[in-house]
Amino acid sequence: MSEERMEKIIESLGKRNIEAEFDPLGTEMILNVGPQHPATHGVLRLVLKLDGEYIVDAVPELGYLHRGKEKIAENMTFLEFLPHTDRMDYLAPPANNIAYMLAVEKLFGIEAPRRAQYIRVILSELSRISSHLVWLGTFAMDVGALTVFMWCFREREKILSIFDLVTGVRFTTSYARIGGVAQDITDEAIHSIKEFIDNFPKELEQCEKLLNKNRIFIERTDGIGVITKEQAIDIGLSGPNLRACGVPRDLRKDEPYLVYNELDFDIPVYEEGDCLARYYVRLGEMKESVKIVRQCIEKLPSGPFKADEPKATLPKKELVYTKMEELIHDFILTNFGGTPPVGEVYHAVENPKGELGFYIVSDGTGFPWRLKVRSPSFTNIQALPIMLKGHMIADLVAIIGSIDPVMGEADK
Amino acid sequence: MGINTFNIEEQGFLTTKLSEFIRWAQRNSLWPMPLGISCCAIEMMAFAAPKFDVARFGSEFLRFSPRQSDLLIVAGTVTYKMARVVRKIYDQMPDPKWVIAMGVCTSTGGMYRSYAVVQGIDQFLPVDVYVSGCPPRPENLINGLLKIQELIKKGVPPKRDPIYI
Amino acid sequence: MKEKVIEKLNSTFKDDIVEVSEFRNELTIVVKKEKIVDVCKFLRDDPELSFDYLVDICGVDYYREKDRFAVVYNIWSLKNKFRLRLKVFVDEPDLVVPSVTSVWSAANWHERETFDMFGIKFSGHPDLRRIYMPEDFEYYPLRKDFPLQGIPGSIPLPGQEKIKRDVR
Repeated sequence: MSEERMEKIIESLGKRNIEAEFDPLGTEMILNVGPQHPATHGVLRLVLKLDGEYIVDAVPELGYLHRGKEKIAENMTFLEFLPHTDRMDYLAPPANNIAYMLAVEKLFGIEAPRRAQYIRVILSELSRISSHLVWLGTFAMDVGALTVFMWCFREREKILSIFDLVTGVRFTTSYARIGGVAQDITDEAIHSIKEFIDNFPKELEQCEKLLNKNRIFIERTDGIGVITKEQAIDIGLSGPNLRACGVPRDLRKDEPYLVYNELDFDIPVYEEGDCLARYYVRLGEMKESVKIVRQCIEKLPSGPFKADEPKATLPKKELVYTKMEELIHDFILTNFGGTPPVGEVYHAVENPKGELGFYIVSDGTGFPWRLKVRSPSFTNIQALPIMLKGHMIADLVAIIGSIDPVMGEADK
Repeated sequence: MGINTFNIEEQGFLTTKLSEFIRWAQRNSLWPMPLGISCCAIEMMAFAAPKFDVARFGSEFLRFSPRQSDLLIVAGTVTYKMARVVRKIYDQMPDPKWVIAMGVCTSTGGMYRSYAVVQGIDQFLPVDVYVSGCPPRPENLINGLLKIQELIKKGVPPKRDPIYI
Repeated sequence: MKEKVIEKLNSTFKDDIVEVSEFRNELTIVVKKEKIVDVCKFLRDDPELSFDYLVDICGVDYYREKDRFAVVYNIWSLKNKFRLRLKVFVDEPDLVVPSVTSVWSAANWHERETFDMFGIKFSGHPDLRRIYMPEDFEYYPLRKDFPLQGIPGSIPLPGQEKIKRDVR
């Protein structure tokens, strides 16, 4: 940790408008909540300026997980970059894959068939439930309720075994492909999804019974980490954090993608903007996701699971081994990528953490010229200094937990 | 260890070597220090959660303090900026200490061949067991833990930094 | 909505709009670099347009002789549910763009990231430091002339100082 770097950070703390007061006991101090800390949800470093136990200001420092994904993307074809999107928001990998593939399909100008879109919606909503379960477990554990952590992870294991049945991998799925999904969904998988969906609301109610009327939980989260509506819009918050401030913005309703405009669901919006409101928003979202998955299973149409565009999607393996044209297409698509038009697109979806967007600049070859990932956690952490002012160190843990940052996404 | 029971009022006792007894105690109470950096950390949380419970192998507490643990599990991609922090935590642990490199990112850099990722943590840390997988299943990580228990049983000393004379 | 935006911008900023293009139903407007803050302020304060939400700022390196770098602003209007993209081109010897942190505070970290990755400086930014790479890193990683595997020795590893040790 170099001296000059620490000095620059302290200098940036000093540039903000904090009045210097006469401090004979030396209560003002700079505390480093380092990159390795059990409560920071990953490698986030905070340099705090404290006045006794109260936080006067905070400077978050990122970059401890910067892996250079945007530069890696310029050297691979569109399909080869897919496993990298799994590891960005590593709590909901199928949702990231689908978001990336939607942006690539917008660039190529193709659309997935109906069955693939319904399967994508089911996986997105299941990964939303899975991500919110991890959030609930770790948030409750940070605040002090350890049992909820164990129960949430038990439920999450059921979702991971569903992913195992559908995609073959339990965690980093890489399931979406250009023009559809990798393989079809079997009846056994649909049966296990139905079983999970029928049992899940009861289990969620058990966790709620432990927390909702709990005096300690409410004291630790009510009125903590307040951010007003104007501040939230100005600083660029998105996702459940923005909906807890009274702004009804949800990309599934504002710019519908996949088949969300045919499904019937609500978005929970609360007004207060504190940790408890964010808790209720995410709980409400889990219940709405259950509704969506139930409707999708009923309405699931039959048909192909991948679009039939020879210049962009990989052909079926049995045809590759027997027919000439499919062999040529497979060879060209694997080595050189497709041939998209020259231009730039931006497509965003509603991830469990917020608005995940991909900005792709293409120069006509199968390799993207520039790929920018607009990650929700990056902008959500920017709001942290506003929320932390005037609170105590113990509230820091609850506030970071309620924003729900994922450093793999924020650092790319 | 041999168990001899003498009939001195039905009370039994056993004879063993001191070093074997110490090793038995060490290997059945390995307390890990989870250095969870990225995706592998989530599988490590699952490895401590109810389904793949690691507490039954002796690792009851995942204490997040290096001063109270003897096994360092590095889980996640280590970048150049983070390498200094990992080394500092390793230095803060008391002897004897073992290191598990979890996942391919810590073993060889994984799928990230870029300017910011260290291509394997054994460039600056001595590693005892490498667990491969991206991320490794929790059963695989338990297998890695059991291998360390075997190493302790055989009496193999933990790896140290190389000594240059 | 697209026509309204173009018409209002043309009426106020006639000479500063360099190009208007549309691809896959998205509108992109290229603006001159000196006027970007005024254009953004106008777009935010106008009661009909009200682009009050900044989504993203990024940089692009086109690797050509003229107009090598571009800074792309992605904005959204909560009232009209409409997306717009603004672009500013900059060139090598004068790599400075006025900062829009006075219009939306969300621009703070996005501009820091663009500076870290490309080296484009933003005048008027309250705190322009590197955000991803360490402070003493000398290069700008996302430029096209920086190699993917990095330059060996640019960031030192911790063990390299500690290897020489006395015999225990």
